[in-house]
Amino acid sequence: MPIKSRRSGRSWAPALLAAALAVGFGSAHGAEGTVSGAHWRHWQAHATATDLPSLQRGARDFVSYCLGCHSLRYERWSRLGHDLRIPKDVLIADLIPPGQKPADYILSPMPRQDAVEWFGKAPPDLSLIARYKGTDYLYRYLKTFYVDSGRATGSNNLAYPNVAMPDVLSPLEGLKVAVYRTVRERALGGKVITRKVFAHFRQIAPGSMTPQQYDRFVRDTVNFLYYVSDPQRAERHRMGVWVILFLLAFTWLAWLLKREYWKDVR
Amino acid sequence: MAAKDPAHPRAAEPAPAKKKGLWAWINERLPVSDFFRHELTEYYAPKNFNFWYFFGSLALLALVMQILTGIFLTMYYHPSASGAFARVQFIMREVRWGWLIRYMHSTGASFFFIVIYLHMFRGMLYGSYRRPRELLWIIGMLVYLALMAEAFMGYVLPWGNMSFWGAQVIINLFGTIPVIGPGLTQWIRGDYGISGATLNRLFALHVAAVPIVLLGLVALHLVALHRVGSNNPDGIEIRDHLGPDGKPLDGIPFHPYYTVKDIMGVGVFFILFALVVFYFPTFHGLFLEPANFTPANFLSTPPDIHPVWYFTPFYAILRAIPNKCLGALMLLMALVSLVLLPWLDRSPVKSIRYKGWISRLALAVFVVSFIGLGYLGMQPVEPIYVILARVFAVGYFGFFWLMPFYSRIDPVKPVPERVTYHAH
Repeated sequence: MPIKSRRSGRSWAPALLAAALAVGFGSAHGAEGTVSGAHWRHWQAHATATDLPSLQRGARDFVSYCLGCHSLRYERWSRLGHDLRIPKDVLIADLIPPGQKPADYILSPMPRQDAVEWFGKAPPDLSLIARYKGTDYLYRYLKTFYVDSGRATGSNNLAYPNVAMPDVLSPLEGLKVAVYRTVRERALGGKVITRKVFAHFRQIAPGSMTPQQYDRFVRDTVNFLYYVSDPQRAERHRMGVWVILFLLAFTWLAWLLKREYWKDVR
Repeated sequence: MAAKDPAHPRAAEPAPAKKKGLWAWINERLPVSDFFRHELTEYYAPKNFNFWYFFGSLALLALVMQILTGIFLTMYYHPSASGAFARVQFIMREVRWGWLIRYMHSTGASFFFIVIYLHMFRGMLYGSYRRPRELLWIIGMLVYLALMAEAFMGYVLPWGNMSFWGAQVIINLFGTIPVIGPGLTQWIRGDYGISGATLNRLFALHVAAVPIVLLGLVALHLVALHRVGSNNPDGIEIRDHLGPDGKPLDGIPFHPYYTVKDIMGVGVFFILFALVVFYFPTFHGLFLEPANFTPANFLSTPPDIHPVWYFTPFYAILRAIPNKCLGALMLLMALVSLVLLPWLDRSPVKSIRYKGWISRLALAVFVVSFIGLGYLGMQPVEPIYVILARVFAVGYFGFFWLMPFYSRIDPVKPVPERVTYHAH
């Protein structure tokens, strides 16, 4: 069973602290930082809902890192367990928060009113986020957080500029800053204007994961959200083959029948 | 005599008069046998129908499928602003086979329009709207209008954000009518803005009122069809050449010939349909749009509002015209032009087979314009797209409004006496 509980007490607060610290010591770590993200707009998630171990890891990670704020209000724990082949005892012991039953919907414990007060808006439900925004977007979003001291959360995001969500995954990914280059352009009327354009990220503090591990973490999470957005997808794909085979046979018989009848038409 | 006729070997023989039994008992009281004989086994259709002639029966199939799947969806759906979106998810995730029924209904809507557009195009290809089928064409256009209303209302029911903003745009079209506009939109919505009240009435109209109208119009369409008989790819009347038995020489009984042929068409239709339902139910955002996977929110306008693909040609015309009132008027004219087609076409021949190059070119311009407008209606408003939409709109209206002139001077080819048919 690839499911292991990693329910730590982490929340966004330590991340904020880490971000604040990193801003302070940014220059000290900067020199040894690796560079990434230059082509983030072209990153693709290649999401799949059939990689069971990935989906199981994604479910575990969702519970550890997302469920604190985000619900999956159209999905029940039992459905999750059934679809991802997670035994009921593991489901209850490792995934379902205390006080909830397998038949319950996957709801965040965070009170909506408090969330609005803290973040300015309630964190969105993620049941359909993969269908609403697309899996490539989710992948880019989770990999383009960067330190921005101008924001109340201490962080910002390229895929979703000025997002209200803090960079809660920075303990895993580490901290990175955005490096810009200046572009000179001739505007309408001949005036030369300069513009700052994102060039790449520079890592300023390591996280608990290597870049490869973090990439897998993000892919697992995106795969999981892809599954949740349409839980019967796998069943649909399995069934479709048989339905279409039946229809092919039916149509072939119908064609034979038609040919037989139409023999007399001259 | 009919049974011996080599042209109609399987033509139904007159039913031997049975005097006894349940069947006779029923037929003495209800003309069941007469109906089947008159409308199926002794309804003569031209023998030279081609690929384009599958879409009439397929449209009927789509209608039946939408009604059946719709009935099951109605059993679980709640038309409330607070619950509709969640209820659709409940159907998709928790109702047994709910996902299949819902995907069949949503895919069915798009397939219905694909079939209807091909069916209408067939009419335009072979001049099926010409005398004596003008009323048949007009009733068909009314079916199309009712179907558009039905589809629009159905699209609002999942109460996604695009449902909400689409309803806002479409209902506001009525607001462009001078004087009564603002009051009219409020009356339609039942509220000062799109709200739960609007959703409830659109639900009532979608599941009861419009389907009744649709079924009635489709019945009329069939009655009118059987009165005048089907046109065919040659655009000539098979009733002009009757055999000694009084039956058209180039006609074959609808049943069994076209029933078995149409069953084959149904098979092909369902294969394509199943491919979409099981593997591409959103059809890359064309049949189910990404922006509709988030609940209706009057505070958050989608970055770019557009209707589902089957309305986008008309939507592009609306947006191409800078004046809103004039835009709505041109949208209406785009539909009215289609209705008037029987009187715009002055060609001495019906079918594109015997029309000249001018008519062929005009039809090609129309097809390119219609598809072009459909594509542009899905794109964001950008200057180049607006200019292109205007060009295509000119192509669209040019096809109709110049038809009285070009169809008259078009160098037509001689029409054969009898239909062209090569036995397979």
